[in-house]
Order: sequence, then structure tokens, then C-alpha cells
Amino acid sequence: MLDTFVIPLLQIAVLVNALLVTVTFLVLMERKVMGWAQARLGPMRVGPYGILQAIVDPIKLILKEDITPANADRFVFTLAPIMSLVPALVVFSVIPFGPEQPYYIADINVGLLFIISVTSIGVYGIILGGWSSNSKYPLLASLRASAQLISYEIAVVMTLVSVVLTAGTLNMIGIVEAQREAGLWFAFVQPVACVLVFIGGLAETNRLPFDLPEAETELTGGFHTEYSGMRFSLFFLAEYANIIVISAIVALMFFGGWMRPFPNVEALAFLDLIPGWVWFCGKIFFFLYLFVWIRATFPRYRYDQLMAIGWKVLIPIAIGNLVLTGIAKVVL
Amino acid sequence: MEAFVFYLLATLILGLGIMVITARSAVHSVLFLVLNFLLVAILYVTLSAQFVAVIQVLVYAGGIVVLYLFVVMLVSLKKAPELRSDSRRVARTGLLLAGAVLAELIAIVWYTSANGSAPPAQAASDFPPRLAGDAMLNTERLGWVLYTEYLIPFEVASMLLLVAMIGAIVLAKKNL
Amino acid sequence: MLEITPLHYSVLSAALFMIGVIGVLVRRNIIIIFMSIELILNAVNINLVALSDQLQNLIGQVFVVFVIAVAAAEAAVGLGIIIAFYRNKETVNIDEMSLMRW
Repeated sequence: MLDTFVIPLLQIAVLVNALLVTVTFLVLMERKVMGWAQARLGPMRVGPYGILQAIVDPIKLILKEDITPANADRFVFTLAPIMSLVPALVVFSVIPFGPEQPYYIADINVGLLFIISVTSIGVYGIILGGWSSNSKYPLLASLRASAQLISYEIAVVMTLVSVVLTAGTLNMIGIVEAQREAGLWFAFVQPVACVLVFIGGLAETNRLPFDLPEAETELTGGFHTEYSGMRFSLFFLAEYANIIVISAIVALMFFGGWMRPFPNVEALAFLDLIPGWVWFCGKIFFFLYLFVWIRATFPRYRYDQLMAIGWKVLIPIAIGNLVLTGIAKVVL
Repeated sequence: MEAFVFYLLATLILGLGIMVITARSAVHSVLFLVLNFLLVAILYVTLSAQFVAVIQVLVYAGGIVVLYLFVVMLVSLKKAPELRSDSRRVARTGLLLAGAVLAELIAIVWYTSANGSAPPAQAASDFPPRLAGDAMLNTERLGWVLYTEYLIPFEVASMLLLVAMIGAIVLAKKNL
Repeated sequence: MLEITPLHYSVLSAALFMIGVIGVLVRRNIIIIFMSIELILNAVNINLVALSDQLQNLIGQVFVVFVIAVAAAEAAVGLGIIIAFYRNKETVNIDEMSLMRW
């Protein structure tokens, strides 16, 4: 009873709350970093250096009126944000923050496949949200978004397969342990795959330079134009939770998860004083920062350019990488 | 516990199946279909077929049904097709035929459970070829079988997918 | 009642199969007919996986993989046909799809 229900529920409660708090502060971090990148200060009014902005924003969103458009499909309109948030949260059940029990919720032997398949459910939220609003721009945006997500998903999955080939397992803990055995982070073994997964991750989470589904200058805001209040914030949460998921996947699969840098070098053993989950969170935050940095740096692609990059560049590179990995695996 | 999970899942799967074919709007149908597939995937997990369960979610729920949703949204109709024809007559004939098939299926199930006992559980050891004994996991074993014993069907399936892909492009593109 | 035998799974599979058949026969919207066919394929898959578990034999699961591949191919081509047809005739009612050429 204690092991099957109480402890997992406690873990889930801690994880979900930590995640939601992280998301609120992630928004603040994004605004601050964007501000610094553009030589301004970012939010400064609420609390010292605007730190309390992270608490004020959610309160504002919750208190706002929740409007349903007159001709919207009410059932689907309410379901869509839920369908986009739930997969993003479910993924965290198999992401390990450390090698032993209290640091992961479930250790399943098809962990990576589980992550890929559950994140692929998230596209429904976007399609249905755009359709049920019964409005032109959201519909166009959702068609764009789903085409983009599906195209880039192919590239990302094929790239991840080459990493699985290197590690020889689909288990997330197993992949990290394989990096310990190899003595190298997979970022150095599979540099192409690492870059590809990160680019694909940018596209899958609708971030700049691939944020066409939310291009406010073309689509008046994207698939969630008609949403407001709590239902809008669910979409918002889902997007940021997905960014954290991608960062966590990159950190786990290419940057050694909870392991310190150079896990086999004895001279650096003093770094083990820092617990593993802190390393892992630190790596996640580095990639979160990278997401914001890229947003501040790059302009948005045109839609045809986006599709051309997905299908004509990323997927061929992914296939080539997979074939090379296979050959290397057989030869070595 | 096992029985409870099975009955719960079975009820939900059948209920959602009925909702798929009775829903007024095609988008609602697609939605119920997704939920149905997700529940079937959970059923596979209870049958210790983890790989198939994940593939079910990835390919069916994440791929095929998204395609359906796309087509439903592209083919947005002003009037539901049912309204244009004599649906009552069609429904009656359909239900009659379906009832006949159901009777047949029940007869088969009843006959087999009455006459032949279930075939004995085969020893796990003679299949698949022993790679690492019983420690092999579901995914590994499936991969092993798929790439040794079923290699040619597997390649045929990949050819089928290639042909389907080319066919879909030819059909959907206005002018090549 | 409390022990779940393969018969239970067969009955579930048969019932889901029937729901699919009824959908194919009763509905006129070709997209919903396609979805009913997916339900039928799923019913078959449930049976295969249940028997694979019962016999401790992986062939059932191998077949499920092939069924899913065929379903994907069928969906791609079938929906392509629907789009091509809709472009010409502006309908998805199968009663109006009686012409072999136009």
C-alpha cells in the first residue's frame, strides 16, 4: 500500500508543484533575459528586481474572465487545453532525476518510446483548440502548427533512434549509465544528433525561430487567439512544460543526466559533493536559458522555409546519422 | 484487482467505440477514437505487451488519427451527409446485418469454449530463439523475432508503406 | 467471473468488432466509416495480443505490428482518395460516390 500508492502520489505531488513553480519563474526568467539581451531591465516593479512578477502573473490570469466564443464547440473548446497540458506533465513520470528510487517515479524499460509517444499526443490540444474556436486565424494556425509538429517529430524520433543504437537500451536510466560506461557524454559521441534534437525541440515546442503557430504579426496570436483566463493559462503552462521536457531529454540523452562532467576522471571526484539531481536541474536550466537566448537572437523563418528545413535538411541528416551509427556499431 | 481493471477498461473501450459511431460531429468521433486507442494501449500493458502498447499510442493516436482529424477539418461540411439520404432504411438494414455477424461470432465463441479447451500454454523457452534466456525484455524479444524469422514480411511491410506514401502524394497533389 | 480468461478478451474483441461493423454499415460519412474500420482492426489486435499473452508466444505481437503498418498505409491512401474526391464532388457521402469515372 505504502509503496504502490502513497509514495508515488507524494512524488507526483512534489514533481507537479515543482514544475508549476518552475514554469512561473521561467516566464520571469524569459522576460528578464530578453530584457538584458535588448539592453533594458525587464520587469522591475513588483518586488525586488521584479521577482514577484512570477506570482502576480498567474494571479492575473486566474482572475481574468474566461470567455467562450459564441459559436465555439464548448466541449472540445474546454477539452483542448487539458489535452495539451496532460501529456506534457505525464512525460515527467519516466524522467529520472537520479539513479535510485526517490528520484524517479517509474522506471520502465521502454522509457524513451513512452516519452516520444506521449508527447505526440500533445498535438491534439493545438489542433482541437484551433478548430473549436470557430474562427479563421486559429484554424489556420492550428493547421500550420500540427503540420510543423508532425514533420519535426519524424526528424527528432529518427535522431533519437541513433542514440538508442549507441546506448543499446530504451530505458532512460540505462541510457545515462551507458554514458558512464562509455566515459563520455553522448554529446561528444553523437554531436550531430545532439544539435538535431535541440533544433527539432525548438520546433516541437513552437519556439522561435520556429514559432509560426503563434506568429502574432501574421495570425493575430495563433491557435489560442480566442482563449482567455484559465484555459489560456493551461496552454501557456503546456508550452513551458514542453520546453522543460525537451531540455530534460537533451540533458539526459546527451549531457549525462545527473552525472558530473567527466564521470570517469578521479581527479574531479570532489564534484560529487554536489548531489546528482542538482547537476541535472542545472543542466536543464542551461538549456532553458539557451531557448531564451535563441529567441532573443534569431528572426522567425518563413513557413515554406520551415517545411523545407524539416523535410529536406533535418530528416536526411537524421537518416544519414542513423545509417552511420549503424555502420559504426557493426564495425567497432 | 486484475478483473476490476479489465472490466473497467472493457466498459470504457466499448462505450467509447459506440460513441465513435454515434457522435454527430466527425471531430467528436475522432476525439473518442483517440481515447479509445489510448485505453486499448493500457489494455496491452496489462497483457505485458509494452512495446505494442507504446507503438499503438505512437502510430495510431499520434499519427493516423491526427491524419483523420486533418481530413475532417479540411472537409468541413455545411450539412452532415446523413441528412441527405434515407438514413432510417440504411440504419435498419445495417443493424440487421450487424446482428447476423454478431450471432455468428457468439456461436463461434460458444462453440469453441464448449468443445475445445484453450490450447496449452506453450513453453516460453522454445520461442523466440534464446538470446539471453528469460531476462530478455519484451522489446528485445520482439525485435529479435521481427528481424530474424519475419525479416521478409517486415521488408514487404516497408515496401507497402513506401507505396502508400507515394500513392498518397500522387492522389493529394493537384498537379505533379 | 473474477478470473480473466482469454475468452473474456475474445468477447471484448468480438463486441468491438461488431461496433465497427455497425459503424461501417450504418454511417454514410466516409471518414466515419474509415474510423470504424480502425475500430475493427483494433478489435483484431486485442485478440492477437491476448492470445499472445496466453500462449507465451510473440507471433501475435509481431502480427499486431504488421496490422498497424497496414492500417497506417490504408489511412494514408484512403484519406488521399477522400481529399481528391472531395475536391471534385464536394461531398463525403458514400451514397453519392457511385461514379467510376468523371
